[in-house]
Amino acid sequence: MLAAITGDDLLQTGFSGVALGCKYALIALGFSIIFKATGVINFAQGAFVLIGAYFTYHFTQTWSLNFYLSIVLAMAAGALVGIVIEALVLRRLVNEAPVTVIMVTIGILFVLDNVVTAIWGPDNRNLGDPWGVDTRELLGVTLADRDMWTIAFTGLVLVAFYFFFRYSTLGLAMRAAAVDPEAAMAQGIPARRVYRVSWAIAGMVAALAGTTLAAGSGQLSPATGALALVAFPAMILGGLDSPLGAVVGGIIIGLVQQYTALLAPEYFDWVGESFERVSPYLVMIVILLIRPFGLYGTREVRRV
Amino acid sequence: MAAIAHAFRTGGPNRDLVLSYAEDVKLLRSPRRTPWRWVFLVASAALFWLLPTYFVGDPGLRVLAMCGIFAIGAIGLNLLTGFTGQVSLGHAFFVGAGAYTAAYFGGQRGWSMPAYLLLAALIGFVVGGVVGPFALRLRGNYLVIVTLGLVFLGQHLWSNWDSVTGGGTGISLGAAPMSIGPLDFKEGIELGGEAYTFEQSFFWLVWGLVALGALLAKNLVRSRPGRAMQAIRDRDLSAEVIGVSLARYKVGAFAWSSAYAAVAGALYGLLQQYVSPVEFGLFLSITYLAMIIIGGLGTIFGSVLGALFVWGGRSMIEQNSGQAIFDPLITTGSGEPGIFTIGEFNAVLYGLAIVLFLLFEPRGLAAFWFRVKSWFLTWPFSY
Repeated sequence: MLAAITGDDLLQTGFSGVALGCKYALIALGFSIIFKATGVINFAQGAFVLIGAYFTYHFTQTWSLNFYLSIVLAMAAGALVGIVIEALVLRRLVNEAPVTVIMVTIGILFVLDNVVTAIWGPDNRNLGDPWGVDTRELLGVTLADRDMWTIAFTGLVLVAFYFFFRYSTLGLAMRAAAVDPEAAMAQGIPARRVYRVSWAIAGMVAALAGTTLAAGSGQLSPATGALALVAFPAMILGGLDSPLGAVVGGIIIGLVQQYTALLAPEYFDWVGESFERVSPYLVMIVILLIRPFGLYGTREVRRV
Repeated sequence: MAAIAHAFRTGGPNRDLVLSYAEDVKLLRSPRRTPWRWVFLVASAALFWLLPTYFVGDPGLRVLAMCGIFAIGAIGLNLLTGFTGQVSLGHAFFVGAGAYTAAYFGGQRGWSMPAYLLLAALIGFVVGGVVGPFALRLRGNYLVIVTLGLVFLGQHLWSNWDSVTGGGTGISLGAAPMSIGPLDFKEGIELGGEAYTFEQSFFWLVWGLVALGALLAKNLVRSRPGRAMQAIRDRDLSAEVIGVSLARYKVGAFAWSSAYAAVAGALYGLLQQYVSPVEFGLFLSITYLAMIIIGGLGTIFGSVLGALFVWGGRSMIEQNSGQAIFDPLITTGSGEPGIFTIGEFNAVLYGLAIVLFLLFEPRGLAAFWFRVKSWFLTWPFSY
């Protein structure tokens, strides 16, 4: 017997899929900006997300600041974390093999994740956001306030990225350094500053991502950082070095997850419980086999 | 110094001079030429016998057996990552495949130990061979993320394939037979009229397999396939140009690596007597990567060293967490002083060890040994 799935259900799921996808997109944007500028896949991004969320929590709940001010402060603090990590560790690893850099960022992830747990404890907490579990109705679809804010934030970040890279001097320098670091340095572009800024931006975006992930009731716990792992398929899907790809990939993954959660128990329950946890990886593998550099990624040119 | 004296004495070429390829890849030369290697071999053999019988009690032997199990898996991962340059976060998946093979065929259907251990290796080999071709299409970072996905797909499979894996709660290996011929490892083997405990017997089983696995791996990497693998690691495009078949050696490396992982998984299940999906997560993969990085990428010896260091160190901290020196750091329960729980503290140490080794000693613990060796070999011109 099949329970009927109505058009409203599909629309509703579509909306929540996009909202979830935007959260992944925010995480993936942080990955892609570091990758684009420095060629590093930053596994510690999940820890940045976690730290950012706890910063927001700390500023609103412990220091009783305004929530939106807290977000801005958390983003600034997140940027600082990114800069410190870059200066302490990653700066020494320029031009190292990918495996070295990946493992170093995994090491950083372990340290940061557990330090966060040690500081703030393992319990679930309320972020203290004003959106809570409020919802509103539109065309028969229930829209959660926090989801709409997430979508708005993602749009905002994407637009900001566009203007930053298109019109600012630093953005231009970063694009040049991404295309060809040596030629950029020969033109007098300070590679160090480019690296530092990209880690700072990643830390900022991560704080925003963490805040949107932890919004709602009792959603903030050390496990929040693990969600960043689902952003990997999103980022890979879009292509590692493309901010637009990160957003498109994020939304695709969000939709895939929500629709498998809706449809799998009804139509293909043989795939097992909570299949939505792994469906992003399946989609990623299939797409990668067809397009090895993602949807918007730059094909790697290899010369002998 | 001895080398110089020898040259003066005989007037012939230095005894360390290698005259042919066959000589270069030789596993063992005469004790006169490589004395340290022989000392090492004799000492290992002595420890193999003396540790369980005289020096270490049963709890310690359990830890050492677990180190040996990790060493087997680490040798496998080193073949893939250290020698062929293919970074894999998916090792835990292959370890899980081996553990569940042992649990199903040994624990549920009562196959004999050699049979299910061989089957585990075979299943690991085949699964690795199926995953391997992904490495042909995807390189570097993309491959890492796909193997990361493999871990999650694996955990989903272990949690949902109830009839074989027992689902999310796990499955017992309590009924798995553990005897080879007349030697019953579960009850403790009897040798020369002397009965030994399970821990002693299992230590011998595991470290015997470590020796076998290390020898196999050493033979692999010192012969043609090993050279091909290292050529691929150093630059796969150049390797292809000089006639190395990428398809054959990348897939082969995956297959061998996961065969090792599967045997390690099967032994892990036997020692724990119970396996469940959560154990085969990303953390296990990263533990293995930490072992080969800390031990030394691209050395068989380093894999064993890394496993001993990481797992031995972890167990040592766990056993001593109540001691006064850890008081400011580790809390042993609510209300006890300390910043971290024991699990957190170990994870932080893993993280720090990985970062520090990669920053300051990227060739790992094995490099210390190489440095000492070359200091003595080049004496009195060491610098």
